[in-house]
Amino acid sequence: MSFLIDDSRPIFVQIAERIENDIIEGALPEESQVPSTNQFAAFYQINPATAAKGVNLLTEQGILYKKRGIGMFVAAGAKASLVEKRKEQFFEQYVVTMMREAEKIGITQDQLADMVRKGGSKS
Amino acid sequence: MSAIVKVTNLTKTYGGTAAVQGVSFELEENKIYGLLGRNGAGKTTIMHMLTAQQFASSGDIAVFGEAPFENESVLSRLCFIKESQKYPPMFTVKDVLEVSAMLHPNWDAAYAADLAGAFGLPMKRKVQKLSRGMLSAVGVVVGLASRAPLTIFDEPYLGLDAVARSIFYDRLLEDYAEHPRTVILSTHLIDEVSRLLEHVLLIDQGKLLLDQDVERLSGMAYSVVGSAAKLDAFVAGKKVLARETMGAIASATVMGEAGAQVRREAAERGLEFAPVSLQQLIVHLTGGKLGEKEAISS
Repeated sequence: MSFLIDDSRPIFVQIAERIENDIIEGALPEESQVPSTNQFAAFYQINPATAAKGVNLLTEQGILYKKRGIGMFVAAGAKASLVEKRKEQFFEQYVVTMMREAEKIGITQDQLADMVRKGGSKS
Repeated sequence: MSAIVKVTNLTKTYGGTAAVQGVSFELEENKIYGLLGRNGAGKTTIMHMLTAQQFASSGDIAVFGEAPFENESVLSRLCFIKESQKYPPMFTVKDVLEVSAMLHPNWDAAYAADLAGAFGLPMKRKVQKLSRGMLSAVGVVVGLASRAPLTIFDEPYLGLDAVARSIFYDRLLEDYAEHPRTVILSTHLIDEVSRLLEHVLLIDQGKLLLDQDVERLSGMAYSVVGSAAKLDAFVAGKKVLARETMGAIASATVMGEAGAQVRREAAERGLEFAPVSLQQLIVHLTGGKLGEKEAISS
């Protein structure tokens, strides 16, 4: 089965996230056409209705829009608004979990700050 | 979306035993359904009644709006691939495909040949001489190439290896996209097919336990893991489907939606969240006591 999809969250959410990632990383530029739900379904071996639900999630948020009779396209300004959304999630998703784990194994906040700096200079 | 199958209060009894008891459901056009349940739950009996191969003891069945018995206009739009389909002893694979072409008005011979090639089926070999996997592949080819508006597969992958099963899933999705139709997959290989399904009917001990969209099901339960004392405090008052203990650590599968508040509550107690797969959920639902189950379906 498809190695890109896991059971951790609903599949349609994961489909939406993969499209979001492609937009943020530039693989799907603004105003470019998004693969059809049938193409998504075939690629990930999932039900087309599930794929459509993921695409609809992004349409509702104005990230994608429909050109009648042609298909789905990336909206202008989609990348900026996705980056903004991801920044808001960053604190909850990464910082809070990191702090909790650090506390559990006894890493002080100073040590943590050092690690972050070291990590930053590596990349 | 219109219902192409409507089953009302369907019951089948053999002697004094009820194989199917008061089952009601509707199937909408052009969806892929999973008919799931343990062996002996009544899945095959339901499929036999839908396809007019067995009489119902009571209840109503309408397929394409009509009763299926001896009804050519209904039966020509059905394709039922049985788990152990018997073929006449002299039939070769080619014969099976040719006869199927006569039975199914939408039959696509070129597509059937293409599929037979994909599964490596020897056209001239007698069906009797085929391995279990090859025999299943013949059923898959007939089911897909029939392009019947209602196609039913009963355990289509007995003996099929992982590669052949993957070919089946790929071809099913591909052809379903081009030629939408209603498909029922009856199986106990739930994890493998769960992504292909749009809707699930779960049968247990002859009764319909669940009739739900797959996406809704994946949010119906969650598991939490952590220290036993904290876990017990967290699950108090919640509907626990299963609980396991290992030393000081315990895990529980809880019925309900893992909303933001539940997640926060668990995180505050230092408990970890884990998703529950469709297969796990069904194992918990059909493995427990009967009294608990009826509350869930309501």
